[in-house]
Amino acid sequence: MAAILPLPEAALAAVYLVASVLFIQGLRDMTHPRTAPRGNLISAGGMALAVGVTVLNTDILSPILLFAALLVGTAIGGWLAATVETTEMPQLVGLFNGFGGGASALVAGAELTGMFTEGSFAVGVTATAALAGIIGSVTFWGSMVAAGKLHGVINDSAVRYDGEQVVKGVFLLVAVLAGIQLVVRPNLFGPMPGWVPSYWVLVAAASVLGVLLVIPIGGADMPVVIALLNSYSGLAAATTGFVLGNSVLIVAGTLVGASGLILTVIMCESMNRSLANVFFGGIGESGGDGEEMEDIYEGNITTTSTEEVEMTLDVAQRVVIVPGYGMAVAQAQHAVAELAELLDENDVDVEFGIHPVAGRMPGHMNVLLAEADVPYEKLRDLEEINPTFSQTDVVIVIGANDVVNPSANTADSGPIAGMPVLNVGEARTVIVNKRSLSPGFSGVPNPLFAQDNTNMLFGDAKESMQELVNVYKENH
Amino acid sequence: MTDATTVVLATDGAAAFVRNLTLFVLAAFVGYEIITKIPTNLHTPLMSGANAISGITLIGSVVVAGSGERTIASILGFLAVVMATVNVVGGYLVTNSMLEQFRSGGGD
Repeated sequence: MAAILPLPEAALAAVYLVASVLFIQGLRDMTHPRTAPRGNLISAGGMALAVGVTVLNTDILSPILLFAALLVGTAIGGWLAATVETTEMPQLVGLFNGFGGGASALVAGAELTGMFTEGSFAVGVTATAALAGIIGSVTFWGSMVAAGKLHGVINDSAVRYDGEQVVKGVFLLVAVLAGIQLVVRPNLFGPMPGWVPSYWVLVAAASVLGVLLVIPIGGADMPVVIALLNSYSGLAAATTGFVLGNSVLIVAGTLVGASGLILTVIMCESMNRSLANVFFGGIGESGGDGEEMEDIYEGNITTTSTEEVEMTLDVAQRVVIVPGYGMAVAQAQHAVAELAELLDENDVDVEFGIHPVAGRMPGHMNVLLAEADVPYEKLRDLEEINPTFSQTDVVIVIGANDVVNPSANTADSGPIAGMPVLNVGEARTVIVNKRSLSPGFSGVPNPLFAQDNTNMLFGDAKESMQELVNVYKENH
Repeated sequence: MTDATTVVLATDGAAAFVRNLTLFVLAAFVGYEIITKIPTNLHTPLMSGANAISGITLIGSVVVAGSGERTIASILGFLAVVMATVNVVGGYLVTNSMLEQFRSGGGD
């Protein structure tokens, strides 16, 4: 069957060039919240153009099958996007990410199948197909495990065991050896019409590797993992571009790879950890023991009530709210936003202090607060907000722990030593809303809770904040 | 096909590889320059938007699904198209709804 729209190769390449430009322009528009929605549309337009022209130009054997696949994919993607809660965004992004990687691995496999049928092996193609297979499979399975951990279907604590690195090394070695065989002696097993066993050995080994890489990583490191897997999915796409000799795949895939890598580096810097540290050990291993915790907290904890908090807020002129993962879990963002608005109406200067790794993906808190209509100008990042704490009357910490732990500044060792934190303890009064004194993901006790100017408001973030809002309304 | 085409290791292949590599390196520089200018506030939409772009493998999937002389290639292609389409459609929609919230949040 002939293509619907047979284009000369040069024309096709020109359309791909336009699509690449649209992707780049779309990213450029992402540099400001005002232009970002337009950027997303431009990028989507580039995608529609690139896919559309490819569909129409390709000599499709079974158009029905192809359109069926597009329809099924659109239905699933549209349904997932329409039904997702903002708090579930990290796992959804992880899931989509995995699908991108998985598709790359399958395409490389299908391309190899065709090549072996024809009995013609281009070294460049077998090599890049092997790479796409490894990266794509690791991305798919790694993302599935990450999404499972974020969604709570897989235990999200760090799972460590003896000989961990050796086991991972073995699977990587198997995948690489299968890849080398594919490149150096493609016809080692004679003709293989439609079935290339060594590729699937490679995919299987890389799949296990993907699971093994993410299983040991604890919840606190998820922003790094999500960013890194995002980068991988881009590299898988770019590698597929090398396999198929397709320019737009290379450009788009590389842009994604760069974005993921940059976010990964930013996340690592925000935690003062190296990438190797995230992957080969670290958080979860050297948490404080129970005795140490009792020493710090014993007799030093002051509890408070929403009525008392309201009274404190009543005389405050400047209030900073510090949200953490606990706010996301409790879905307390709307109540928090309402509190901020009430304070604002009563001429209190309110700002939000956002730690870069608060939450489960880069910028997670910003999305939640944007959902609750908190004005963009009220959000301050770590560098901006830290110098202002000494002139702040009240800081309300909601469901955050490690990102406000002052021992990060003083400890010489341990999982959070040297991590840049929000120095909330410098404010006149600190209110910490938390369900219990349990440590955060780092397992390190927080001396902030025992500080003289800290009052603990125990309870679920949503209930506590809603109650606080009600009490505040009654008195104003 | 004759024996002469069994293994393609011609200068053509090498030249094409270097051309592809050129694209890769240039795109990496452009990406770095733009992405480092994106503010922290927009990092989640950036990630989700970039993620949708990675669904560009859809093109690869379409090409392979279309060239299916073999049932296996067609099956793999079909699965790849479904996965990549979920990534693209879902990714852009989620990014869009997120960005709309940023705008209504008084992003000016």
